[in-house]
Amino acid sequence: MMNNIPEALIWMIPGLPLAAFTVLFVVVRALKIRSNLNGYLSIAATAVSFAFSLWTAAGLFSSPGENAVAGFEWLNLGGKLVIELGLIIDPLTGIMLVVVTLVSLLVQIYSLGYMHGSKSLNRYFAFISLFTFAMLGLVMADNLLIMFMCWELVGLCSYMLIGFWYHRPAAAQAARKAFFITRIGDFGFLAAILLLFSSAGTLDVAGIHSAAAGGVISSAAITWAALGIFMGAMGKSAQFPLHTWLPDAMEGPTPVSALIHAATMVAAGVFLVGRMYPLFELSPTALNTVATIGAVTALFAGTIALVMHDIKKVLAYSTISQLGYMMLGLGLGGVAVALFHLFTHAFFKALLFMGAGSVNHSTGTFDMRKMGGLARLMPWTCATFVIGSLSLSGIWPLAGFFSKEEILSSALSNQPVLFAMALITAFMTAFYMFRVVFLTFGGEYQSRLKPHESGRIMLIPMLVLAVLAVSAGWLNATGRLTAILGHGHEHSWITGLLGIFTHPLAWISLAVAGSGITLAWAMYHKRWISAKKIAWTFRSAYTVFFHKYWIDELYEKYIGARFFNNGLFNLFNRFDTTVIDGTVNDIAGLNLKSSKAIRALHNGRLTRYSLVFLFGVAAVALTVIFTG
Amino acid sequence: MAPGLEQYLVLSAVIFSIGLFGAITKRSAVVILICIEIMLAGVNIALVAFSRFITPAELTGQSFSVFVIVVAAAEVAVGLAIILALYRQRHTIDTDKIDLLKW
Repeated sequence: MMNNIPEALIWMIPGLPLAAFTVLFVVVRALKIRSNLNGYLSIAATAVSFAFSLWTAAGLFSSPGENAVAGFEWLNLGGKLVIELGLIIDPLTGIMLVVVTLVSLLVQIYSLGYMHGSKSLNRYFAFISLFTFAMLGLVMADNLLIMFMCWELVGLCSYMLIGFWYHRPAAAQAARKAFFITRIGDFGFLAAILLLFSSAGTLDVAGIHSAAAGGVISSAAITWAALGIFMGAMGKSAQFPLHTWLPDAMEGPTPVSALIHAATMVAAGVFLVGRMYPLFELSPTALNTVATIGAVTALFAGTIALVMHDIKKVLAYSTISQLGYMMLGLGLGGVAVALFHLFTHAFFKALLFMGAGSVNHSTGTFDMRKMGGLARLMPWTCATFVIGSLSLSGIWPLAGFFSKEEILSSALSNQPVLFAMALITAFMTAFYMFRVVFLTFGGEYQSRLKPHESGRIMLIPMLVLAVLAVSAGWLNATGRLTAILGHGHEHSWITGLLGIFTHPLAWISLAVAGSGITLAWAMYHKRWISAKKIAWTFRSAYTVFFHKYWIDELYEKYIGARFFNNGLFNLFNRFDTTVIDGTVNDIAGLNLKSSKAIRALHNGRLTRYSLVFLFGVAAVALTVIFTG
Repeated sequence: MAPGLEQYLVLSAVIFSIGLFGAITKRSAVVILICIEIMLAGVNIALVAFSRFITPAELTGQSFSVFVIVVAAAEVAVGLAIILALYRQRHTIDTDKIDLLKW
């Protein structure tokens, strides 16, 4: 069925990381081996599954098409609900497979250096393996229930890894927050699954799509289901207003941020919408919602990223912003546009996080005010970080340029307002990324510590990603990548690389990105313009951005504490104590009182008993006599 | 004038009431037992009187009272045994003080 990869090997793609998890977490613990496998096992497993993924993807690239791998019956509830554990192998899956396994592999290699000397490395690599398995399961599953299970499983791994240093209260808090807020979105996803099952009678993705296309599902149900699915995607992909967990998730180890909170899990929301795209296409309301939320998130997160001092926080808000871009692409351009950006973004954002981790590894801080002048001390980190930043800013001919271009051009032809928002975001992206670059690597070093370049084991994954951050866009030079995802048509590679400049949009976006970089250069390198003065001039806006629009405060103090804790839960509590407990207590009290009155009869005195007995007999006798 | 049925029944009722009064008001368990015997004696008089005046040919009432006397003897035996056991436990046979079995 598959053109060249045997089915058994496809099953091994998610199977190997799962096996690695089982060995690291279950077997090693059960046998109480005090071994430090130190990630080599999980790296080997991921490497093999990366090779198989690449094989699968290469097959799809040359002859695209949707292939179903038949599974086995997993659950059968009286024939009404039959869950088959099968796989879909289509171009969408192929791209995700490569992204997930490659980034996971590189992150694990990087972790060998970054996490060197940390405790409980077995737990660390076990959960990264479990995450890899769950993510692969999510992208390959042909069934909404299995997808939902994997969806929750990646959430669990995210929770476990954000809270890897669980003894730090901030990390434990951040892990809980991530779990809780994504759960709000998951509620929508689950509701959508139930709605689709009740109207289509199947949980099979292909079955749902054909039911929707065949008019079996009413259009209102389609809209609601699509919105519910998008709600799940909003939680996972940290879209406004469910974005607050992602910046806090930076409490986790930096490689985890690179893998889960930049490249793969947060992109799962985009993937999910992409997988269920036929539903969205049938509902213009849902598509407009996706596009609008995406554009708003992109702009909103971009403004916050402008003013953060923590390098990882800037990258986190940048990730939210770029995920907003992908949602915008989904809403206006289609799956191919968004997935292309997801593909390139995974590489350069993972690279940027690794760069931040590398800086942290040698300076011990994420605060950019304590950095500076690292270009000379850490040349390789600096070079790769600049490449990542250029790619993210959208400079030709790096990967980010091509994928952003697709999104911008689909926005321009559909919704001018959203296009303007995307363009402003592009400007801000270039500005804040180069603010980071100049603050971190330019100028003079601010502290007395002696930073040094990171070890080779950390630099090699960064170099690989740097190469991809430059070249990933060229994969689509002939339009092949987006074409197999069902968008556009193929052309010669010269048209792809250079012909894009025949359209003014390319020049506009380059100019916007260039001016953002120039402004950052003027403010933070040459210091012609004082950043403090700008902040003072726009102090009201600066305050709003710096406090992240007070969304966290709104959630915690007002919605969480006042509305839920003091309001709603207090009300429930009172209802419980007065009405429910009260009823039970009153019934018991009534019994107690009545029995108190009755028990006075039984005082234990024989004389009293005999008197009562006498009256009783007399009453019976009189009754018999007088009534006959 | 030989006494008629009425006089016997009045005697029976008086003796029964004396016994009943004693059984209700007395506190000593032994006295209560004696009073119960008095009540039974009153009943026996009524039984024999009824038999003598209403069905003189048969001895139903007399045989009834013989039964009552036998049962009363057994009852006294059991009752005294209980009182003895109680006394060994509580060192009293005052029924007002033996009031453990209540609510």
